[in-house]
Amino acid sequence: MSAPHTASADKPTFYLTEEHHPENSTMLGFWIYLMSDCLMFAVLFATYAVLGRSYAAGPSPADLFDLNLVAINTAMLLFSSITYGFAMLRMEKGDKAGTLKWLAITGVFGLAFLGIELYEFHHLIHEGATPQRSAFLSAFFTLVGTHGLHVTFGCIWLVTLMVQVSKHGLIEANRRRLMCLSMFWHFLDVVWIGVFSLVYLIGVIG
Amino acid sequence: MSSEPHAPAHESAHNTHHGHSHGHEAAHGTFNSYMTGFILSVILTAIPFWLVMGNVIESKALAVAIVMGLGAVQIVVHMIYFLHMNTKSEGGWTMLALIFTIIIVAIALAGSLWVMHHLNTNMMPMNPEMMKNLP
Repeated sequence: MSAPHTASADKPTFYLTEEHHPENSTMLGFWIYLMSDCLMFAVLFATYAVLGRSYAAGPSPADLFDLNLVAINTAMLLFSSITYGFAMLRMEKGDKAGTLKWLAITGVFGLAFLGIELYEFHHLIHEGATPQRSAFLSAFFTLVGTHGLHVTFGCIWLVTLMVQVSKHGLIEANRRRLMCLSMFWHFLDVVWIGVFSLVYLIGVIG
Repeated sequence: MSSEPHAPAHESAHNTHHGHSHGHEAAHGTFNSYMTGFILSVILTAIPFWLVMGNVIESKALAVAIVMGLGAVQIVVHMIYFLHMNTKSEGGWTMLALIFTIIIVAIALAGSLWVMHHLNTNMMPMNPEMMKNLP
């Protein structure tokens, strides 16, 4: 009875052929998180699309938005996307210093984006265009603010990973984390495409 | 997948090469693919900003349609060149999750706009007399 049992325990081939690799399931799980985040943004976009013209006799997008500033902001986020891509390419080569350098450049672009957005928000509030002013402004600050908050946490995550990589090098765990942040960062750029198209450009067209 | 549990040396070698063996390779781009995506994105961003900031198009509806269309194209470009979406990665599950999300997003956006538009147009018109009697 026991002899065939140990023999089968020596060769458990049919179980292992179906086994998944942990890093694969991490990437899929993180992708599903991003998709749920996408649904949250979709609701905020839908809210903005419904309320975006309810000015309550207040200022309209054409009065408020400075498209030069938005264009610079868009460029910052686009540059940070490509520099993060370069960091991933350096990581593939196993070049720790190069990865850290490109991550730092990405972080600078991310912080520049946040700085410009905070300047814009401060300017709007200073002009009296606060979230309480009209439904349009409530929806605007919620949508753009949520995106900005995501970028903020992305920057914190980026700095954390830079410390991790400089301490422990490009180990398997750090590679996996960098892959996740890569998806998160590029995803935020995708959301920003929706923001500058729907909110800023179409808002200014009227 | 050819995992051999009774060969530890081979297994570790397999793991280091794992990134390039199956499905996972899709998650990494090359310098050329990143640059292609970047240049396409710059063009697809510059055109709508130029259209709106330069007041190039008279018709508002046409300008809105072009901005939305270019935005949609740019999202696809980002998905392919930066997020490395394809039908193969994770055995197709990322693509399935994406398709499901797109369907839900489309229902949420189109449904909200449709319902709220009808709500607004079917609202009973109000005169100042009625406004005064509001609770």
